[in-house]
Order: sequence, then C-alpha cells, then structure tokens
Amino acid sequence: MSDLDTFRAETRAWLEANCPASMREPVRSEKDTVWGGRDQSALTPDQKTWMDRMAARGWTVPDWPKAYGGGGLSPAESKILREEMRALGCRNPLSSFGISMLGPALLKYGNEEQKLEHLPRIARGEIRWCQGYSEPNAGSDLAALATSAEDMGDHFLVNGQKVWTSYADKADWIFCLVRTDKSVKQAGISFLLFDMASPGVSTKPILLISGYSPFCETFFDDVKVPKANLVGELNKGWDVAKYLLGHEREMISGMGLGLSSGGTLIGNTVAQMGLDADGRLADPLLRGQIALHEVRARAFAAMSERFLDELKAGRAHPAQPSMMKYYGTELNKARHELEMAAGGSDSLEWESEASNNGAAPRAWLRTKANSIEGGTSEVQLNIIAKRILELPS
Amino acid sequence: MPLYLNDEQTMLRDAAQQFVGEAAPVSHMRALRDADDATGFSRDLWKQFAEMGFTGILIPESDGGLGLGHVEAGVVLEEIGRNLSPSPFLATAVAAVEALKGSAQRERWFPGILAGETVAALAIDEKAKHGNAIGMKAERSGNGFRLSGAKQFVTHGHVADLLIVAARTAGAPEDDAGVTLFAVPKDTAGLTADPQRLADSSLASRVTFENVEVDADAVIGEVDGGRAVLDALLAAGRTGAAAESLGVGGGAMDMTVQYLKERKQFGVLIGSFQALQHRAAHLYAELEVARAAVLKAQQLLDAGDARAAEAVSVAKAMAGLASTLAVQEGVQMHGGIGMTDEFDIGFYMKRGRVLAEMFGDANFHADQLARASGY
Ligand SMILES: Cc1cc2nc3c(=O)[nH]c(=O)nc-3n(C[C@H](O)[C@H](O)[C@H](O)COP(=O)(O)OP(=O)(O)OC[C@H]3O[C@@H](n4cnc5c(N)ncnc54)[C@H](O)[C@@H]3O)c2cc1C
Repeated sequence: MSDLDTFRAETRAWLEANCPASMREPVRSEKDTVWGGRDQSALTPDQKTWMDRMAARGWTVPDWPKAYGGGGLSPAESKILREEMRALGCRNPLSSFGISMLGPALLKYGNEEQKLEHLPRIARGEIRWCQGYSEPNAGSDLAALATSAEDMGDHFLVNGQKVWTSYADKADWIFCLVRTDKSVKQAGISFLLFDMASPGVSTKPILLISGYSPFCETFFDDVKVPKANLVGELNKGWDVAKYLLGHEREMISGMGLGLSSGGTLIGNTVAQMGLDADGRLADPLLRGQIALHEVRARAFAAMSERFLDELKAGRAHPAQPSMMKYYGTELNKARHELEMAAGGSDSLEWESEASNNGAAPRAWLRTKANSIEGGTSEVQLNIIAKRILELPS
Repeated sequence: MPLYLNDEQTMLRDAAQQFVGEAAPVSHMRALRDADDATGFSRDLWKQFAEMGFTGILIPESDGGLGLGHVEAGVVLEEIGRNLSPSPFLATAVAAVEALKGSAQRERWFPGILAGETVAALAIDEKAKHGNAIGMKAERSGNGFRLSGAKQFVTHGHVADLLIVAARTAGAPEDDAGVTLFAVPKDTAGLTADPQRLADSSLASRVTFENVEVDADAVIGEVDGGRAVLDALLAAGRTGAAAESLGVGGGAMDMTVQYLKERKQFGVLIGSFQALQHRAAHLYAELEVARAAVLKAQQLLDAGDARAAEAVSVAKAMAGLASTLAVQEGVQMHGGIGMTDEFDIGFYMKRGRVLAEMFGDANFHADQLARASGY
C-alpha cells in the first residue's frame, strides 16, 4: 500500500469510529448548520462532539499548518479526507466565515501575532465571525464604502453603518472594511478586526423573504479599535478584501453541488410522483428537466474538484472563483426551482410539522440570494469578461 | 489523481496543438470540401498521424503502441475538433482500437492502424437517433455467420478497410445478451456502402448487409456476449466525441472572443458592450464545466472505475450542451459575416451538430443517467 492508501484506510476507520450517526444524515435546514462561537449552548451534544473531535485533529481546517490549529495535510491528503467524508455522508463539522474567508486572508496578510491569536480559535470553532463589507451605498460598487476609521494615535475610532451583515447579531467578531483616506477610492480602504462586544456596536435584524432574519444592519458609533487589529498595511485593505472575496466566492460556489440539501431532489421527486410501468418518473417533462439538471450538476461537481486541485497546485486563474460562484449559484437556484416543482402543493406549506416548518420553500427563497451575496452574478460575469477573456472596457 | 493534465499530457497537448494546427487547420478541411473530395479525409495526413505516434495512443505497448489512455486520446481529439480536421482518428484509433484490444483480431488490424494505413468504421446505429437497441441479424451459417440488415451514420464507411459491426445473434433488440460484434473486412460480398455528404461536408454511409458471410473468427469477443465489447467501444467513442466537441466549442469561442476585440460599431469595439461580455463570460463558464466533466470521464475510464459509465454520459451530454451554445453564440456575435461561407465560424456550427448526434445526444445521455439513478 502506498502512503496515501494507508492514509485513506486510517482516515476512513477514524471517521467511522468518531463521526456520530446523527452527523451522517443530510442537513435538513439552515438551523442544522454548526457555526461555532462563544455561545455553544445552541449546539446539540452530537454537533459539539463531532466539531471538537475534528478540531482536535486539525481537520476542521485540514490544510492549514498545524501551528495554527490545522491538520497540516497535503493537497492529496485533504482530497482523500473530503472524499472519505462524502463517502460516509459525514457532515461538515463546522461552517464558518472564519474558515472560509478570514482564515485564508490572515494566512496571507496577517502578522504572526494575529495568526496565533485568531487562527487556532477559528479552527476550534470558538469565535464566530461576521463580514462587514457592504454599506447602503456600497453594494456592487464596494469600494464606495464610507464607514470611517480615524487614527487616534493608539487606536482607531470607527463610525458608520454596514448593511446585510450576515449573522451580525450572533457573531463574536467582525472583519470590517473601513475608510482611512477619503481622498482616494480603493487606495483609501483598510481592513480591521474587532470584537462585536465593543462599546458603540449595535445591530438591527433585516427580515428576509424566507421569513428568517439572519441579516443585519450594523452601526458603529465611536467604536475604539486597537491598532494591532489592522490587517496588512494602512490604506492597503482593498488587496486583503479582494483576496478574501475570492475565497468567499469559492465557498458560495459549493452550493452548486447540492450537498447542503442532502441530494434529495431525485428521492423527493420519486416519492412524490411515483414511477411508471417502465420504472421512469411519471411526469416525463419534469423527468427530462431533472435529468438535464443532473448532467450539469455532476459536471459542476467535476469542475469543483478540478478547481480545488488547480487551486492547491497554484494553477488556477485568480479570477476563476468568479466563474465557480456564478455557475454554482445559478445551478443551486435552478435545483431549488425543480424541487419546488416536484413537491407541488406540499412544498408550499410554510409552517406545518410535515414540511419541517416549511424547510423547502424557505430554502428555495434563500437560494435566490445566492446570485446576489458575495457579489452578484452580473458582477462575476464582468470579472470573467475583463480578467479572463480580457474584453475591452 | 488531480483533475488536470500532468506534465507528460501537457507536452502531448502542445505537440498535438502544433501538429494539427499546422498540418490540418480549418483551411485543410475547406480545401477538401471545395475539391468535393470523395474520401472525406487525407490519407497522407493519416500517415502523418501515425508518424507522430498518435494512432497508437490506445494500443498497448505489447502490441507496438504507446499504451496510453483516454486522457491522451482526448488531447489529440480536442485539437482535431478545434481545427475541424477531417480524420479517421476517433473511429479507428479510439473506438475500433478499444473494441479490438485484447481480441484475436488485434494482430491482424493493429499493425495497419499503427502505420496509418488502415481505417476502421463503426456500423452501430440503425436509426436516425443513436440508441442502445441492436436489431440487425447475424445467423449461424456453416462455420461462420450470415449478416443481414442495415446501418447508418457509418463515418468513413465507404473507404474503411474494416467495419466493426454490432449484430444480434439471439434475443430481442433491447436485450443486453445476444449481441455479437464482428470485424468485417471491406469488399466482403453482399456489403454495400452508400456514402452521403453530411451538413459538415464529412461523409457517412448507409451500409447494407445482404447475406454477408463471415468466418467465425470475425467475431470480436464472445458470441452473444458482445455487449461488453460494445460498451467499451461506445464508452471510448462517446468520451472521444465529447473531447472533439470541446475542441469545436473552444475553437468557436476563441474565434468569437477574438472578433469581439477587433470589430468596431458605434465607434467602439463591440467587446466593450456588456450585453455581449456577459454572454461570452457565460459561454466560458459552460465550456469550463464541460471540460472538467470530460476530463473526469477520461480519468475514470483509464482507471477502470465502475463510475465511468455515468461520467461518460455526463461528459457527452455536457460537452454537447456547451459546444452547441458556443457555435450558436459564435455565429450570432459575428453578425452577418458569421452567415457567410467565406468565414469559418459557420463550419463550427455544422461540425458541432454532427458531433452532438454522434454516439447519442444530450437528451439520450441525460436519459441514461436517469435510468442509472432509478428514475
Ligand atoms: C443574503 C445576503 C447575505 C449577505 N451577506 C453579506 C455579509 O455578510 N456581509 C456583507 O458585507 N454583505 C453581505 N451581503 C451584501 C451583498 O454583498 C450585496 O447585496 C451585493 O454585493 C449587491 O449589492 P447591492 O445589494 O447593493 O445591489 P446593487 O449593487 O445595488 O445592484 C443592483 C442590481 O444592479 C446590478 N449591477 C450593479 N452594478 C452593476 C454593473 N457594474 N454591471 C451590471 N450590473 C450591475 C446588480 O447585479 C444587481 O442586479 C449579503 C447580501 C445578501 C442578499
């Protein structure tokens, strides 16, 4: 056996022994997702066990260095871990903006103290992060942001408003874009980290069409932020912001794999409509639509694998996350549209127990934001056109 | 195995890119068409393919070939697609070789293929739409078989030295068992090929078998057990056609993006219009996704993985969808010039359509996938 075969066998054995049965079932709704954070009382015992066991091996962030709480795995080993988790149906032990967004940015732009302070706590799911990018007048045109950070000698004084801050009311810390120079656009932005419990921070939830309000308006009123919390250089936060956005897009593209809904499209549809005498879905037109969707979904799964492989090998075009985000989110929206069609009137129930409190329609509505959050589909297409195809302005 | 080309495969791609681009660019195909060439491809070019080693890519080293896989064959096919090069490579060096591999006939046919002298054709399809049913009869006769029936869409059928024929020795058309594959040499009595020019100016034949007598040793694999060989042939052919489609789609996209950077209207380059930028970017995404699906199928086939069959269907369907979009957008974004015979983009549209039908279209493969998933 090669080293990788041994690693695969050991990994599988460890996962089988350590992943609780309930953590091998598909995630049923957004509430099933583990986000970690200071307040761990919301976690079920199995969720906590699974997160802690994985964190102890550094496997919540398998390819980060061990010094920062990671698993120190090679790209090939990380891939095997992912494959084995998928084969056993193991849930992602920890979803976190710290892992998918801030972590990579700190690894690249943070100083040693910042890495040692934040990365291990992210890996263990101890601190929940939120993203303070968008503002009322800075959405797609993010660099138009106005929230200011004034240099007060030993600290910055932050004032302004953010919007659409996902989970700001549940987050412990925020990574935030602030203006430190008003005379220039991109070159006047800095990247700050601070505690959401700091005096002067307040949040107000925004109710979404799905009936949930995981989003907030976030207000900063004379918030004092220590200077040590500046990531990268002053006025050079745009580089950090863009790098982080690449990782955000990469994470969001994963939705196209349909893993979050447990691959239920076909199963649900069959249960709903039944098969005809030839063993085919009784509604031939819907069957055709689902089958063609499945072609794209499986092709996209291959694309995701290729993208990760190329990324790890440093061969991916830097703008490729835009393509992944665009395609994956459009695919996820189409998938939920088909799920609604397959469910018929049952999938319209909003509050019943049978519908798991309207999990299907709420999830369907939630996906409509996929092509808006993290940069709209139109913005991704602009990036592909300019940076990959090099079309003229 | 990472899902990108390794160093050797990249070197092969560079070699194929240069060779096919120089020896058989689109103008080569145009010249054959303008001359109303009756063969449909250049035999001289086929010899050069052999000199490059390409015809032996899938032939095992023990049989004098390179012993490489479907990833490598696909690398060559993509360049064939990009240059719209008429070539017997897919039918002969990929599908037929896959069928003959390991069989007794390989000793008879591989040397000619390796030398670029032998051309094979596939007599599989019986209807206008590719399907799995095989109805054509092969009855025992003396110590051999007698074939009767008809096949269509037999590329190079009129000039092939060898026809790989799928026929039924038992059972009903839809059955898996009872299919037998035959290697039928050209000029066998009772065999007629009626070549027809297709939309892309390639030639495919309607082939009639009227009491065609073949020896027992024409059987490839087992009598009644030919489905496995046929499946291997089809998996190779489908994956190969997907790779060629990708080349056609990629070629069309490259031409189009180039045109967007050159053509001016309203005093600006048309590539600066966001309506066109977004469509070009969307097209890029579709082709990238198709590319990943094709490479996945090639790798799984090469690894002998049980998931290969489904991956092949995904690859063929996705490549068909993506390159259909590429040729359509190609013609549209070229405007009026895209409709002229003088300009090459229309050739991509025609070749793309032929490849979309070959070995099953996107709907056929989506249906395969649905059946495999039990719905
Ligand atoms: C569910 C959800 C979660 C979010 N989470 C966060 C978060 O946690 N933190 C955070 O900071 N932000 C978050 N956002 C904000 C998100 O990043 C912005 O909504 C997004 O960037 C779009 O900005 P906007 O809403 O202001 O739309 P606008 O920028 O006003 O866009 C309106 C429309 O115009 C189009 N448009 C704009 N500019 C162009 C252009 N140049 N070319 C073509 N079309 C264009 C857009 O594509 C869109 O269709 C979230 C948003 C949602 C919906």
